[in-house]
This record gives sequence, structure tokens and C-alpha cells, in this order.
Amino acid sequence: MSEFATFNAHPAAPVRAESPLAASRVGVAVQSSAQGAGVCIGERALLGHLILRGKAADEGFRAGVEAALGVPLPLKLGPVARDDARGVSVQWMSPDEWLVVVPEAQDHETELRLRAALSGHYAVINVSGAQTLLELSGPAARQVLMKSAGYDFHPSAFPVGKGISTTLAKSTAVIRRTGEAQWELIIRRSFADYLYSWLLDASEEFGVFVAR
Amino acid sequence: MLHIYCPHCEEYREEEEFRPKGEAHIARPIDPVNTSDEDWGDYLFFRKNPRGLHHEQWFHAAGCRKFFNATRDTVTYEILETYKPGQQPAVTAESRKAQASAQASNQGAAK
Repeated sequence: MSEFATFNAHPAAPVRAESPLAASRVGVAVQSSAQGAGVCIGERALLGHLILRGKAADEGFRAGVEAALGVPLPLKLGPVARDDARGVSVQWMSPDEWLVVVPEAQDHETELRLRAALSGHYAVINVSGAQTLLELSGPAARQVLMKSAGYDFHPSAFPVGKGISTTLAKSTAVIRRTGEAQWELIIRRSFADYLYSWLLDASEEFGVFVAR
Repeated sequence: MLHIYCPHCEEYREEEEFRPKGEAHIARPIDPVNTSDEDWGDYLFFRKNPRGLHHEQWFHAAGCRKFFNATRDTVTYEILETYKPGQQPAVTAESRKAQASAQASNQGAAK
């Protein structure tokens, strides 16, 4: 293991942590239950997000990542590698960049595992504080995305499992399809309030329920 | 809106996801110290502005955030091909000329 400086963002003493959406105030009519709602929006706040960079052509790198994360490294745009039981996912972002999402408070430990398993020219960056994950579900969830982004959300172009990065409502977002009517959006902290308000506004006509 | 093929993502994406980044294949002078001011000025500031085929760089800003090259017709705005940096274009002024003359001779043979 080479020399490196790491930072544990989860210190022993309790520190007040706030989701990027903590201050969002939205004035749309929200349904009181998920029953009959066209769209269900929920945030999975404070997950661990890591950006991993390295050479996909390097066999040692691929093997190290798989050993550290327990899921194979996806080598092209398409399905997100997932282990739902452990809440770990690895998404191809570009030919030398991947997004790793792990459960809350496991980011530091995951970074240490990756650093122990990797060597040479690579990078692991903890971006947990920079973005948050929204879950969008319901029969009209796809229509909300179609209203908001230019990407083709038809099942032939966007099958279950696929993950992409694209423009969403003049901002950018990582969009992943986790089920027939289930989607995950990973949005930046600085755009979180805007995009959350946009999604609620775009969902209002279908009946929207906010899961807490 | 244009549909542009990203050679890294290997699929077509909306033009909105991309940023044009100017002329491609600009070689930095190998020996800057012994390069004349005129050549260095040309390298830094002077760009082609062709009517017709243009090889240019594009940036997939909202997707993979990688650069790639495109051959675009500045008259019709048609993007004829996209390819990764370091690769050479398949469609060039010469290849177009050769294609046009081949077509002309085919038509001559048909008559």
C-alpha cells in the first residue's frame, strides 16, 4: 500500500449532518399517500459516493476493484454493476472513471479498501458531500423524466439496469433505471434544491407523493 | 437539435450535452524555443475557417466529459463522422474529391 492522506468524514463525536435538500421549500400540492400517486419521490440522503479513476485496460486495476468492492468493474456505458444486498453499486462514467455508491458511513472504509487493493496510477475521491441520490418511482416517473431531459427513455434505449449521465432540466444528472418504474437520480449539491423543486413541479400533474 | 455520436459512450446523444471546442489536429511546435514568432503566433491564434469540411474538437460536457473529434460540413452542418483523439479522420477533402470523381466516372460508364 502506497503512502496517502485520507480523511474520515465520520468522526467519533456527533456532528450535525444535513442533506443538500434540507432547506428546500416547495409549494406544490403533495399527496398524503403513495396510493394512486403517479410519481413517488424520495431521497436517499448521506450515502457514500466515491469517484474512482484508473486504467480499464490494466488487469491488476480491474481485479483490485473487484476484490475491494465485490462487484465487477463495468467496462463500457450500460448496466450499473450492483450488489443490492450490500447496497454497493459501480457505474461506468467515462473510459477511465467510475462512480461507486455505498451505504451511509461506509465511504471511508471503502476508500481504504480500494487503496489497499490498488497500486500505480489511480485515484479515489470521496464526493459524498457533493451529491445526493433521489429515488423516482411510479407509473408516471418515466413521463417526468421525458419532460425534463433530452435522452431517450424508451425501454429499447434505456433498459432496466442501465445508468447514464446526461442533461436534466438545464442541469446535469446521473440517471439510473433500477426497475420497470423505478429510477435513481444522482444530482449535485449545488443543483439539488433547483432539481428537486423542478421534479416536484413536473410531477404535480400526475399526483406526487414525497416519501420521507 | 443534432444527434451526435460520442465515440467514448458509443451512442448518439443530444447536441445539448456537447460543447464545440474549435479546430482539431493542431500540432504544437516540437521545438518552441527555436520557433519563429510568426509560426508561434500562427499556432496560438490562427485557425482555419473553411466553407465545407472541417475537422473539429467536441467535448461531451454532460456525459463522459471526454474530448473527441468530428468531421463537420460547415455549409450543411452535417456531422459526417466522429472519432477519438489520436485517430485520423476517414472523411477528408481528398476522400470526398475521390468519391465525387468515382461517381462521375461510374455515371460515364453507365451511359
